[in-house]
Amino acid sequence: MSENDTMLSVRDLSVEYTSEGKVISAVNGVSFDLKRGRTLGLVGETGAGKTSTAKSIMRILPDISSRITAGEIYLEGKEILCLSEKEMRRIRGRKVSMIFQDPMTALNPIIKVGEQIREVIIQHNSISKKESVARAKEMLELVGISGDRYHEYPHQFSGGMKQRVVIAIALSCNPELLLADEPTTALDVTIQAQVMETIKKLKEELNTSMLLITHDLGVVASACDDVAVIYGGEIIEMGSKEVVFDNPLHPYTQGLFEALPEMEEDAERLKPIGGMPPDPSNLPKGCFFGPRCPHPGENCSTERKQLVEIEPGHFCRCGRALKMENSNG
Amino acid sequence: MDDVLEMGRSMNKNETAETWKRQSQLGIVAKRIAKNPTALIGFIFLVLLVLMAVFAPYIAPYDYTEQNLMNTRSAPSLENPFGTDELGRDVMSRVIYGSRYSLSIGILSVLLGTSIGMFFGAIAGYFGGTVDNIIMRFIDILQSIPGTLLAITVSVVLGPGYFNSMLALSIGAIPMSVRLLRASILGIRGEEYLEAATSINARTHRIILRHIIPNTFAPILVSGTMMIGHVILSAAMLSFIGLGIQPPMPEWGSMIAGGRNLIRSCPHIVTFPGIFIMIAVLSINLFGDGLRDALDPKLKK
Amino acid sequence: MIPVVLGVTILIFTIMYFIPGDPVKLMLGPDSTPEQIEAKRADLGLNDPYVVRLGKYVGGIVLEFDFGDSWVYNTPVTHELLNRLPRTLAIALASMIIQIIIGIPIGVFAAVYQNRFWDRLAMFIALIGISMPEFWVALMMVLLFSVEWGILPPFGIGGIQYYILPVFALSLAGIATQARQTRSSMLEIIRSDFITTARSKGISQMRTLFRHALPNALLPVITVIGNGMGRLLGGAVVIEAIFSIPGVGMYMVGAINARDYNVVMSSVIILAIVFALIMLLVDLVYAMIDPRIKAQFAGKRRSKNNG
Repeated sequence: MSENDTMLSVRDLSVEYTSEGKVISAVNGVSFDLKRGRTLGLVGETGAGKTSTAKSIMRILPDISSRITAGEIYLEGKEILCLSEKEMRRIRGRKVSMIFQDPMTALNPIIKVGEQIREVIIQHNSISKKESVARAKEMLELVGISGDRYHEYPHQFSGGMKQRVVIAIALSCNPELLLADEPTTALDVTIQAQVMETIKKLKEELNTSMLLITHDLGVVASACDDVAVIYGGEIIEMGSKEVVFDNPLHPYTQGLFEALPEMEEDAERLKPIGGMPPDPSNLPKGCFFGPRCPHPGENCSTERKQLVEIEPGHFCRCGRALKMENSNG
Repeated sequence: MDDVLEMGRSMNKNETAETWKRQSQLGIVAKRIAKNPTALIGFIFLVLLVLMAVFAPYIAPYDYTEQNLMNTRSAPSLENPFGTDELGRDVMSRVIYGSRYSLSIGILSVLLGTSIGMFFGAIAGYFGGTVDNIIMRFIDILQSIPGTLLAITVSVVLGPGYFNSMLALSIGAIPMSVRLLRASILGIRGEEYLEAATSINARTHRIILRHIIPNTFAPILVSGTMMIGHVILSAAMLSFIGLGIQPPMPEWGSMIAGGRNLIRSCPHIVTFPGIFIMIAVLSINLFGDGLRDALDPKLKK
Repeated sequence: MIPVVLGVTILIFTIMYFIPGDPVKLMLGPDSTPEQIEAKRADLGLNDPYVVRLGKYVGGIVLEFDFGDSWVYNTPVTHELLNRLPRTLAIALASMIIQIIIGIPIGVFAAVYQNRFWDRLAMFIALIGISMPEFWVALMMVLLFSVEWGILPPFGIGGIQYYILPVFALSLAGIATQARQTRSSMLEIIRSDFITTARSKGISQMRTLFRHALPNALLPVITVIGNGMGRLLGGAVVIEAIFSIPGVGMYMVGAINARDYNVVMSSVIILAIVFALIMLLVDLVYAMIDPRIKAQFAGKRRSKNNG
């Protein structure tokens, strides 16, 4: 793997929030690579640290309540956490852009949607106002909205349409990396597929790399090349979609798959994962999944596990998986 | 009959859990305020002012009516720390006694106005329809008259005096609590815990008393506290223009009015009562801000 | 707007109807004979039943914009009110403008420096600002600027220098209120998702602040400014009395002392009408800034036209 192939590389990223004197460790040493043109699915429950990871890459975490405590983020081999705010602004919206989870609140309610798209275009391109308007209209058309609606306000659009506008904003400067934070979660099921199709199609056309944040394994299956499962702010399993889906090693990943309804089997009920996700202000000493694990080992509650390459291209943070794989091999 | 009994029984059963919950909530709020230095300062000053009002006869060096015609309009000195007025009365003693009127009028007016407002707000929200419409239109009209002018009008009609001023000023506190209570009742109507209460066959008036009013307690407490400060200012204004508490009562506003014409020669007569109005209202506002943050930590972040 | 004015008129009239004692007796003094009092009562129409008096008064205002005569001077009140209203309005509007141009920037500044020294200081001063009675602030300003330094006239009317003290004394509380409101609504808006979207576009912090956050944060501030106008009109009454500015307020305070109740009542009503007009204006400004409200207005108009 040559350097040039890697679009994004995150190393040991840790993020903390402070709230009323309590420290919340949202992200605890996340590392992953995203190759150019590929899509990495970041899968996890609410509060697992997915959004914080994405916002760290954009460096748009709320200044007052949160901070990146450790780690490096490389964009095309260049460290971005040490860049000045001014340099970072040239990256945001142009090189890296983000699609947000809730389209209902992601748009400014009192600015015309066209203007909201044009704003990012004019920011990063030295073109005339007229050209930028034309380009914004083009972007609207590209996401399947008539350019005539340039002068309308967000409240005149449906949820799915608003998300298309957000996508148009994100893609209007041909970003090389797209961070999609649960882009379809807040939408109706019928609209979800359409919006996901739009994102996939545009990503192919523009040859953009994508970090797709989701809790929906179905979305991963249809849209991603690689997958990383995040739990308690750390990656517990990572690999190509095929290896992880065919052979989930971590008990949590296995649990996720077991909790899915199967078409072929006539299962009476789904198998949920028992227990609650760990409290990020008070993480367990050992394995974060330990208290919920169906196969706890002896030192799981005391010893932190490392992310180990168990088979080529397949990483897992579980001692049991390592042992089983060794005995098989 | 059975119904009433059943109600009483279930109320008793819930009593312990409810009181426990409320106490612990109060504890949380108290702890949050204690951690907030500005709110704590406000609270301490408020307590000091109340103590000053209660123990005025013991604290004040002179009686508030005691005239000393040999020593009129004297500047602050050791004998008279805030000086004396045109009749030789000790300004400090009068300021100390004055706290009785300002503080009590503020608190009582707000209590009265808020109670009236909560009553009508509950009726408006509970009955809806025409009753709601009539009450709310009336509140609209009440609110489209600038508060100061409404208080002046009512004072003109009722005449001056402590009790009448209190009545006149209580009207200003009505609309806010009507709106708050009505809005919570309407807002809560669709909410799940009310559905849950209805589903176990709880009576509507009981739901209002036991579920809705406790839930509106926090916002009404906060707005009521802030309103006390506002009423103290308005009460002083009424006295200042001669409609409130009359001289020789040492009300702060009327003391300022009394010293107004002497402002060139002896400004201390006007200055000190004003400073105490400011301290009283400021400590109430500091405490009110702290209370708001403590009751709704979301707002603070 | 019309129903509100009507309601206000009826309410104020009804409250004033209950004045205890005989205002005529008080007006004419203790030496007046019962015949004189009776003649005056008949002259003023005070012997008519409530409904008739109310009808006459409200009808006079609504149909002819006539507030009747002063009981003491027998002069038409309307004329006097309209002569004096511009001065009261000038003071109130000038105070409103000062509140906006000083209060809002302080609020934005405090929000940007949230919880740091300058924010805390500004907010503490603002809290003091809303904790002082206007009339006392006015007197303290007179003490400082007129008595001590002698740079501004302590009362009367004339050039602009006569209005500086009244307007600033009246604005102080509002400046503080506007600053507090702007700060808290800025802080709320800054946490919104669309501000994150704006940041993710790579636009400057200034642009995020002034193009995206401030206009949204100002929406609640506009309502507060409108409501504050009610306080300004009420406060103007006292301020005019202190600075001897012959506006509606001074007219009213004079009438209270003379027991000229028709003047008191009419002054309150005309100030309430002005307040209602201003609130209407506030609604229009709101609609101009917020397209969601504008759509509602347009929708209403359309449905009205259709129906």
